Amino acid sequence: MTQEAEPGGGPKRSVTRRRRPLTFDRASFMVVFLGLPLAVFVIFVVSPFVQALWYSLTDWSGFTSGMNFVGFDNYVKLFHDDIFLKAVRNNILLAIVVPIVTIVLALTLATLVTIGGSGTGTVRGLKYAGFYRIVSFFPYVIPAIVIGLIWAQVFTPGSGVLDAVLSKIGLHQFENYAWLGDARTAMPASMFVMIWGFVGFYMVLFIAAIRGIEPEVFEAARIDGAGRFRSAVSITVPLIRDNVQTAYIYLGIAALDAFVYMQALNPGGGPQNSTLVMPQQLFTTAFTKGQFGYSTAMGVVLAAVTMLFALVVFTVNALTGGRERKVKERR
Amino acid sequence: MTTTTADRAEPVAASRAPRQRAPEGRGVATTAHVALILWSLLVILPLVWTLLSSFKSTQEVLGNPLSLPGKLRFENYANAWTTAGIGRYFVNTVVVVGCALVLVMILGAMCAYVLARFTFPGNRLIYYSMLAGLTFPVFLAIVPLFFVLKNLSLLNTLPGLIITYVAFALPFTVFFLHSFFKALPGEIYEAAQIDGAGEWRTFFAVMLPMARPGMASVAIFNFLGLWNQFLLPVALNTDSKNYVLSQGMASFASQAGYAVDFGALFAAVVITVAPVLVVYIIFQRQLQVSVTAGGVK
Repeated sequence: MTQEAEPGGGPKRSVTRRRRPLTFDRASFMVVFLGLPLAVFVIFVVSPFVQALWYSLTDWSGFTSGMNFVGFDNYVKLFHDDIFLKAVRNNILLAIVVPIVTIVLALTLATLVTIGGSGTGTVRGLKYAGFYRIVSFFPYVIPAIVIGLIWAQVFTPGSGVLDAVLSKIGLHQFENYAWLGDARTAMPASMFVMIWGFVGFYMVLFIAAIRGIEPEVFEAARIDGAGRFRSAVSITVPLIRDNVQTAYIYLGIAALDAFVYMQALNPGGGPQNSTLVMPQQLFTTAFTKGQFGYSTAMGVVLAAVTMLFALVVFTVNALTGGRERKVKERR
Repeated sequence: MTTTTADRAEPVAASRAPRQRAPEGRGVATTAHVALILWSLLVILPLVWTLLSSFKSTQEVLGNPLSLPGKLRFENYANAWTTAGIGRYFVNTVVVVGCALVLVMILGAMCAYVLARFTFPGNRLIYYSMLAGLTFPVFLAIVPLFFVLKNLSLLNTLPGLIITYVAFALPFTVFFLHSFFKALPGEIYEAAQIDGAGEWRTFFAVMLPMARPGMASVAIFNFLGLWNQFLLPVALNTDSKNYVLSQGMASFASQAGYAVDFGALFAAVVITVAPVLVVYIIFQRQLQVSVTAGGVK
């Protein structure tokens, strides 16, 4: 970016820089400016990650005893651990459903706000768009743990407001229904809470992206006779495709975590472990049972699944013809 | 990048010139309003219900969920603040998040500046390892981190929590500010050097003030991220007198399961949410801009 702004400036500067003598000012500057942040980063971020790889190959448990190298035993054990496998499946389910629903909902709402306005000719934003945007964004500023706690109360049978409202409007079968206590609904209810927490942020993101599209594109589509729905599907989505991909990856990573929400909604993993996620199982294994080697192996699996997920999203996006081709087709 | 998006936002909104209205358009607009109002209600109603419940007695909470509180029981707030320890957690959170935020902004800006404006061997390596630190799940690091802090005698202490917050917010801060420093014009650096300013002066007097918009955006994200942080305190800060709000809330709620003061639980939720929500409503324009800037990258 810098080079483009001032042609020829980049290389010349680096030449002058090399000639500059190493004064105390410069030396102290580099040591403090680079050394201090790097020291913090290496000690508290890099070294734990690296140690984790080693710990995952040991049988380390408890605080006093030493550790033995056990190779890949922990991993072999993991793949026979039904509870952990259940958690993996739950995480994968979350990573598929939560991002898709969130993105569809956020895109729909963002489209309504930006091009839902009435009138012919110019595509225009909706009245009170600012109000909707501000309100939808609320959940993003509420701590996730509190979102979970609020909804746990809403879902509580008897004292929760959801069952009361449902039976008020005639659905009496839901009187005293335990949304989080029934294996059939615990997972969907938990997903709903996460989606509730995420949608606003991505809606704001998509609104910005849609407003970044040249208005002329919409005008042209209008003149060609495209309706609003058609415009949204055929123009908006392809043009903000990269934003959608980024959103999908962020959301997927958040869904593969899901720790905070699940701890708030069903700390024990839910009925028949229906909402148990890998991080919860890792946390219990490490800090309750003290099986540190085994739990770091879970961490490695979690990291691997996360990386794999990002890879899949990138690949799918590339295979279905990334952004460039679509834009060219349009023109 | 940021500015162009923000500027371009106007034409769509600004083209609201009064024109004749077609029934088709109005139908769409009505549908849009209905959908958006429904979503807004879905967002607001649970919060309103929480607010109302925070004034109820435990009997009222366990009674009809749709009823209004018999009277405004402000003592719920007092109970939450003192008896349940929310006040203490609140102060801890302010201290931890405040210190961590200042530190991470300074360290992050310094590191991003050096990485963006100086060429030296290892520059790319550091940058990419920061990027990796951003994507790897913290859960992978949490167990070794526990022992790193234990060995440094920082486990279960507020300074330990602060430095951990700083370390894990650092990659995002560096990554985000890197592009800001990269985009600053090189002539200004040259000019400062010619005027005799050393590297230190150049950074603090010239470059840092110029990166202010970027700093503001990152600070907002870091504030929200650190304020909401849950895993790090739950794993590394288990002494209940050092609890921060998020873990204090979780422990309060888990104790609250059976015997407890539900009114105070809801009051605690309101105490946790209200300040951030108020700050958000005041600064919402700035925040929206930040989200846009962050998302477009």
